[in-house]
This record gives sequence, C-alpha cells and structure tokens, in this order.
Amino acid sequence: MKLSTARKMLGILSFAAITLTFLDFAGIFPQSFFLITKIQLVPALLSGAFLTVGVLLLLTWIFGRIYCSVICPLGVYQDLVAWIYKRFKPKRKFRFSPPKTSLRLAFLALVVVGYFAGFTLLLNLFEPYSVYGRMTTHVARPLYMAGNNLLAEIAHYFGSYTFYNVHVFTLSLFALAVSILSLAAVSLLATIGGRSWCNTVCPVGTVLGWISKYSLFQIRFQADHCTHCNRCARDCKASCIDSKTMQVDTNRCVMCFNCLDACQEQALVYKIQRPERNAKKQTAKNGAESTKGMNRRDFLKTTGGVAGMIGVSALASAAPKQTKTPIYVKQHPISPPSAGSTAALLDACTACQLCITECPSNVLKPAFMEYGMGGMMQPRMDFNKGYCNYDCTRCTEVCPTGALKPLTTEQKHRTQMGHVVFIKTSCVVYTDETSCGACSEHCPTQAVKMVPYKNGLTIPEVEPDICVGCGGCEYICPVRPLTAIYVEGNPVHLEAQAFETAKKEHVELNDFGF
Amino acid sequence: MKRRDFLKAAALTGLATTLKWKDGMELMAQKQSTGSKIPDLVAVMGGEPAAMFRKAIVEMGGMGRFVKKGQRVTIKPNIGWDRSPERAANTNPELVAEIVRQCLQAGAKEVLVFDHTCDEWKKCYTNSGIEAAAKNAGAKVVPGHESSYYREVTLPKGKRLKQASIHTAILDCDVWINVPILKNHGGAKMTISMKNLMGIVWDRGYFHRNDLQQCIADICTLGKAPVLNVVDAYRVMKTHGPQGRSEADVVNPKAMFVSTDMVAVDTAATKFFGQIQEMPLDSVGHIANGAAHKLGTMDLESLTIKRISL
Repeated sequence: MKLSTARKMLGILSFAAITLTFLDFAGIFPQSFFLITKIQLVPALLSGAFLTVGVLLLLTWIFGRIYCSVICPLGVYQDLVAWIYKRFKPKRKFRFSPPKTSLRLAFLALVVVGYFAGFTLLLNLFEPYSVYGRMTTHVARPLYMAGNNLLAEIAHYFGSYTFYNVHVFTLSLFALAVSILSLAAVSLLATIGGRSWCNTVCPVGTVLGWISKYSLFQIRFQADHCTHCNRCARDCKASCIDSKTMQVDTNRCVMCFNCLDACQEQALVYKIQRPERNAKKQTAKNGAESTKGMNRRDFLKTTGGVAGMIGVSALASAAPKQTKTPIYVKQHPISPPSAGSTAALLDACTACQLCITECPSNVLKPAFMEYGMGGMMQPRMDFNKGYCNYDCTRCTEVCPTGALKPLTTEQKHRTQMGHVVFIKTSCVVYTDETSCGACSEHCPTQAVKMVPYKNGLTIPEVEPDICVGCGGCEYICPVRPLTAIYVEGNPVHLEAQAFETAKKEHVELNDFGF
Repeated sequence: MKRRDFLKAAALTGLATTLKWKDGMELMAQKQSTGSKIPDLVAVMGGEPAAMFRKAIVEMGGMGRFVKKGQRVTIKPNIGWDRSPERAANTNPELVAEIVRQCLQAGAKEVLVFDHTCDEWKKCYTNSGIEAAAKNAGAKVVPGHESSYYREVTLPKGKRLKQASIHTAILDCDVWINVPILKNHGGAKMTISMKNLMGIVWDRGYFHRNDLQQCIADICTLGKAPVLNVVDAYRVMKTHGPQGRSEADVVNPKAMFVSTDMVAVDTAATKFFGQIQEMPLDSVGHIANGAAHKLGTMDLESLTIKRISL
C-alpha cells in the first residue's frame, strides 16, 4: 500500500470517529470512538496524561508530523476541503513558500503567555481539536439534528418510532459566531493555501514542527534522480518543498506523502536520516530564518497584545458585579460537576464542547462572559432548557482535558455546584394563593420541600446545605422571567451534606380504608 | 445493553412466555365471580401487579368491554422520573406489560405507550423498566419529549385551562387507558388518575401558574376521557413525592384500584393512602374540582365496589 493511501485511510477513520462523537446526540455510536478525543495533544497535556503526550511526541520524533495528517481532526478537515476544491479546480497547484517562522512563534507565544496569564480563551481559539469540536458542535450538529428530524417525520408517518424528533436550537450565539468565523478562516486558508493554518497559526503545528525537524524518518531528495520538474512542490499542501534547491522543509511537512506519489523519478524518499548531519544541514539551509526565532518586534507585539487582552478580560470579569436589578442577580456562574471550581475549569478546559454535546439534559451551555473573557465558551450550567440529572455523570466521563474528572454517582450526589435561593414574595403560592410545588417536585434531595402555609396550601422551604445545585427547581419554576427560586453558583464547589434518611417502614394493610 | 438491563429484559421475557397459556385460559374464562352487575370500582390487594390486574379486569367485565377488535389503543403510565421500579416514582412495569398484553389479546391493532416525562425522557423510559417491558409485551413506545408530538385542542368546560396541547398518541387513538401510580405529591398533595393527565399535556408550566388544582380538574374535562383508570398501588410513595429521594419514601402495600370513574378511583386511592400517611381528602383540591365538573363522584357509598384480597 502506498504511504499516502494509508495516511488517507487512517485520517478518514479518526476524522469520522471524532466527528460522529460530536454529532451523536442519540448515543448510537460505540464508546470506543471517544478514544480519539483522548489522544489529542493539548487536551492530553492539560489532563496530565504525560504518557500520551510522550507517545505523541515520540511518534513525531520518529516519523514526523503524522499527528497532523492522521490524528488532528482539523488537519484532516483541511485536507478534505482542499480535496473538494481540487474537484472544482483541477488545475490548482501549490508552490513553495518561505517559512513564516516569526509569525508562528508569535502565535505560539501569545497562546502560551495568555494561558499562564489565566487567559485560556487564546489557547482555545487556536487549539485545533477544540476548534474542530466547536465547528462540529455549533455548525454541523444542528444540521445533523435537522436531518434526523426529517427522517423521524418520515418514520413516524409509517408508524415507526425508531427515530425521534429532537429540539434543534442555538446553544450560544457567541460560540456560533466564533465557530462560523473559525470555519470560514480554516476553510479559506485550506482552499488557497493547503495547510497554511497548520504552518502559521496552529500552536500544535509549531511545536510538532520543531520536533519533526529532528525526526528520524524524513522525506528527502535524491539529487541524482531529480529532474526539477516541480511536480512534488505543486502537490505539496504544506508548501514546504523547494524543487529548485531540492530541499524539503521538514519543520512544515505534515507527512501527507503526496509528493512521493507525484514524483515520477522516485527522486523523493521517506527513510531514516542520520540525525546529526541532518540537523546541521537544516540549520545551514534555512539560515537566519529558522534560527533567529522571535525577533524583538514580534516579541513586543505579542506581549502587548497579550497584556491588552488580559486587561480587557479583567475589566470584563469585574463588569457583571456592577449591575443590579430590583429582585436579584446571580453573583456566580455554575460550573459543571467535578470542575471543582471556576478557577480550575478556567485552567484546564479548552472549550471543545464535548461535554455540552454529550449532556443528555441540555443543561450545559458555552459561557459568554460569565467566567470572564478568558473562560468564554467553557461549559456552564444553564437551567433554561434543562437541569442536571441527579444520577448522571456523563460530562465527567467524556472530558478529554481533565477539566472534569470522572465522578461516581455517589460522589456526584455529594457535590454542591451551587445552592438554592428562594424568593418567597415571588412564589405563586404567596402571590396567587394557589398550589404549585413544581420546585419541590423536581428536587432530588428535598432541599426544597413543601411545608404547611395557609388555607391548606403548602409553600417551599429550602435547606441549602443538602442542595446539590442541579437547578431542577429553577428550571421548572413557573414564575417568569425571573424565577421565584434559583441556584446561586459556588465559585468553589462544596460538599453537600447528606440528607437524613428514615428507616424503611414495613406497612401491612388489611383494609382498603373505604 | 448493560448486564442489568439484559437480566431485566430476560426475566420479563421469561415471565411473558410462562404466563401466556394461563392468560389465554383466563381470558377464555373471563367471567365475573359474582355474575351480577359490573362494579363501579374494583379494589384488589395482596398480589403481584399482573395477577391483581388480571383479577380486577375480569371483575370489570373483561378487557373486551373497553378495547374492541382492530382498535388503536394508547396506554398512559406515569414514567415521569429517572428512577428504578423499587423507588415507586413510576408505574410498575409488569403492570404496564400485562395491560399491553390484555389489549392485544382483546384484538387491539396497535398499542402505544408514552409519557411526557419530567426527567430526561430516555433515562426515564429505560430506568423505569417500562420501555423494555412494554416493548416485550408487544407495544410501541412513543416519545413525548418534543412539542411536535402535541396538538392544540380546546377545553370548553375548563375553568382556568381553556386549551392545551395534547399528545397525538391520545388524540389519534381509538381508546386510551390511564395507568397512574399512587404517590404523595408536594404540590397537588396526591398524584393518582387525574394528576396523571398532566403527562398528556405539553405545557405543564401553565398549570402551575394558573391554579394547579383547578387546571388538573380542567384537563380531565377533555372529551376523550380514558376508558379505564388502573391505579398502581403495589408500591406507594408515601413521602417526598412525586420523585422521592430514597427507598425510605416507599412502602409496599400491594394494592390496585380499577374504575372508569377518575374521581371515584382517586377518592378511594386517597382514602387508602390515608391509612399510610395522613392525607385529608379535602386537601387534595383537584378531586373535589373534578366532582364539581361532574367528572365522577366522591361519594363512594353510592357506588358498587368489589373488594378482593388475594
């Protein structure tokens, strides 16, 4: 089998798995598909899966940027776009371009400095797995669901309920806008420049590129075979082959192996290189360009930009506290179970949206400014369309970055993400003097329970200590727009106290009572 | 499929196959024990859910009295919560399965089962055991989690609730059977037959905003009333209803009440419940509101009641 064929097959396999993982609202695809999300470089690094990171780096050191052509969904996506574009424009050719080293390093520095300054958003905007996750979640998934609804309608017409309708809605306008922009930018770059996103913007591409410069296996010219026909460079998505000088810039090569197919003289070979000689050659060849690294102007630009962003973010996170409405305003956002705290979530979450797509109760939404600007699009609990199922731990199982760590049901039952607040004067039992109790009905721990009021009515009474912050009460409260009962977030999750359980009674009845 | 699900399913299938012959015999011999007038209400105690229903339906004149050959039947249990059967938050799955089987044996062309759940619907359908049990018994389990499954109808007799979106499985069937479970309820005090009709409606928030006890009675004025109400009191949630928070909320009195009269069967079930936990009948406002709508009677003295102990 040709190397390019193997690359295509593996790439499509992992791309399909990751895409279906994000699209699958019905849980019909096997759990093994999720494995591909566990071997994404940045999530693995954040989750502390250093073995995975080590294997990925080792893979790159041995074989070059296989990661970029097979494992990274955004990489494969760009190949697909370029491939489709080629169907329409068969004459489209790539050509060698010099490396944009300072730009690459500037992006990498921006992301790294931003991350350590608590401004995770920057990393999340460029981290390729999460970019692809958001594109799929916010753009492709609604279309997939609409398609399902069409199928469901047809099936229902014939009396089958194998398919069922699902509610298609926009999770967040901001995340949708960012996803559409990313989609447009990546797609455009893929049509005009092949893998120029990967070799300019992508922080993972920059790091892996640096390693692959020293990789054992590399694509090299065999000078005696080459006729300088330039076919290889015309097929090089990474624009890293200079056929005139017979040089392959291994730093930018994403191991698509198309050049091997294009060359009719077998002048290009993929084989083990002698490292020391190779490294020297690289340095000499790329000269000042690749060694000088970041110049002073870039450095100033980068740090200036980062500092600016941090300033805006600080302002933004301070902003919500200044506004006040007459009844109440929520002070803190509610982070998902096992996030531990909003600060921990900020550090570890790449906003890939996998927990959001997996949440069966539609309670997780991408944040807007609730966590401040650095935490934009990270998951937060929103009780408009649902509430957190008491026994469900799904989000904690799927998180690839370790921002949410696996919880047992018992641990979840004792995790207090937020606590209940009751505004008696807004409650319908108080205002209308009619029965309600919807909040208590939905409360799994009876932190909201109904106690005698007047005229035989009962009214909610809250016990925040045993509340887990699931939001059932807030979701179901009929009082709108501002509910009479709501959950206030715990910036640091607390342990919910266990509710007292009476002994199970044995009731023996001999009479019907009527 | 999880191992537990598999075992459950296997057990239910096993149960279904062993019961078949006996059921057939019983159906052929479906005759009332008294032979006289069909009672208005049948109360059974002391058996397993399916056995109690088989006994009760014979007394009620057999399933053939309610379900005719070729009819499309809908069964509406309470599947409101993501809870296992032991927690008594949802109707007993064995009971649902038995009713499905009886409908099919009576010649039903199709039997649908659904509920508009409170917790996430797929978890409710699965963990209540009802989806598997109903499917095994031959029913189609229909979703009810999305507004497109509901259609607006008017309720001319309603006081506070004048119109409502009702599930098409109710609107488009020939007859439907109401199969609630007997539970304490924080808001409505009790949830039995009448309250179970909230699960055929899309917008329940309206009920809570506009006098819950009146709206429950109003939805019961729906022209297409259930032909039969089967109240599952095999396990009863006595406290912290309708969801319950532990098994301590559950008692196991092994009873069942069957009637065509929603008001009467809810009155009877509330009195029965009153033996377990204090529950004055007049505090359950929707029952009296239902009687005011002339949906049935709260005067159990005026009814013929058949009481059976197994």
